[in-house]
Amino acid sequence: MKKYLSFFKMRLMAGLQYRTAALAGLSTQFIWGGMEVLIYRVLWNAHPERFPMGIEALSSYIWLQQAFLTLFAMWNWERDIIESVKTGAVAYELTRPADLYGMWMARSMALRLSRWLLRAAPVIVLGCLIPAPYGLRLRVSPAVFALFLLSSALMLTVVCAYSLFVYALTFHLTDPNGVMVLSTAAADLLGGGIVPLPFLPAGLRRIAELSPFGAMQNVPLRIFGGDIAGVEIAEAMGLQVLWSAVLISVGYALMRAGIRRVSLAGG
Amino acid sequence: MIEMKGVNKSYRVRRREAGLGNAVKSLFSREYTEIPALRDMTFVIPSGQIVGYIGPNGAGKSTTIKILSGILRPDSGECRVCGLVPWEDRKRHVARLGVVFGQRSQLWWDVPVSDSMELLRDIYRVPQAKYRENLDRLTELLDLGDLLKTPARMLSLGQRMRCEIAAALLHSPEVLFLDEPTIGLDAVSKLKVREFILEQNRLCGTTVILTTHDMQDVDALCSRVLLIGKGRLLLDGSTAEIRAMAGENLSTEESVADLYRRFGI
Repeated sequence: MKKYLSFFKMRLMAGLQYRTAALAGLSTQFIWGGMEVLIYRVLWNAHPERFPMGIEALSSYIWLQQAFLTLFAMWNWERDIIESVKTGAVAYELTRPADLYGMWMARSMALRLSRWLLRAAPVIVLGCLIPAPYGLRLRVSPAVFALFLLSSALMLTVVCAYSLFVYALTFHLTDPNGVMVLSTAAADLLGGGIVPLPFLPAGLRRIAELSPFGAMQNVPLRIFGGDIAGVEIAEAMGLQVLWSAVLISVGYALMRAGIRRVSLAGG
Repeated sequence: MIEMKGVNKSYRVRRREAGLGNAVKSLFSREYTEIPALRDMTFVIPSGQIVGYIGPNGAGKSTTIKILSGILRPDSGECRVCGLVPWEDRKRHVARLGVVFGQRSQLWWDVPVSDSMELLRDIYRVPQAKYRENLDRLTELLDLGDLLKTPARMLSLGQRMRCEIAAALLHSPEVLFLDEPTIGLDAVSKLKVREFILEQNRLCGTTVILTTHDMQDVDALCSRVLLIGKGRLLLDGSTAEIRAMAGENLSTEESVADLYRRFGI
């Protein structure tokens, strides 16, 4: 276990170096979050009765989404891993007395956490400073907060397991770019990135909620905002566990099959 | 001790003629050709030997190294390194193995080299005292000094290669595979690397397999040479024997080129 923790630590240290990137990302997130809140405010003022979520829950959703963006954003790929498979440099990692899946899982999680650590606090503080109902409402019960934390951890697992599934596919494809672009788009639409899932038409919304993408940001953000409760939380978190298990097993199997093929890349 | 007995390995490669028409055709039906990479490869290398594994591009050198590293599984044949079958007992096997691929890097690009070293220490579970001892020795012999505090991306190729070699030896491996370790290095760095490999072999009895196209590496380091071509072992002997085979007063480089021509590889 220690070696995977070291991998985690390494990626974390490497990730914490990029101060300028963090600063640039932060300002984008402030502006983006503010813009979204303004747009929804206009819609809300026009037809509050047609909103599927309360404006408070929605504002919290948006600010938390910005604060947690780097944790779940599908586009946060570990480029080095993809490059290493394409060029064959992965051979080095296969000469280590460690499991490749474990090493990559530790790296993926650390990459996301390192980016998140640098950016979360300022967005949360700013979100709280904005007056109700457009700001981030932090008053939640300890039980809800605990569920939020747990489902955030599950979200990270699902997101990383999905990334590893794509990395494992890279062994079998000439270029994984297509899969990556499609995954990013699907995660944005079906995961509640473009609009929160309650805003989708009923049929599509059900598909989204059952898909692996619905087991990502959708769950903790809606738990926190109070948009889902009770049985709905249980169902959503159950799906998170299920998708983690499915994605990890499929990714692991694909990787095992893929390692047998590394042979050709770069003689 | 490294043993290979009757090892065969072939790859399936997709082939088509040039041109748009053929590209479209290959969308529907693909033709695969079996390319034999190793044919009946057999050799034994006793512990403590430095062996040059040479042959033209595409001869099967990397395939052999990958099989011996446990990355690839051969189609048939037997193979043991220090008593273990590499691909069956991969983790235990690689724990005793050090590898340097000259054209790739194992150091993390953006962090100081010593961070990479500490990661390797944890991956190989090297005890702290042993790690310090090895790192101190390697730092002195390879003249690493301040390089350890420098991010890998800021190092010159020669500096980086010295760090790569140190990184491969932190866990005191019994066997070391060097795949073109001097490629692209200047004269001073080359000499330093060669000197170090000899020293490591003398002090620790490390078995070394060296693949290279640089015959001066072979002259300086290898007591024995395995020459392969088209996946077969063609010659097993000392550099002196190779020169003798080529006749006249040729350098090792010229002799090897002569042998490549003679074997038609």
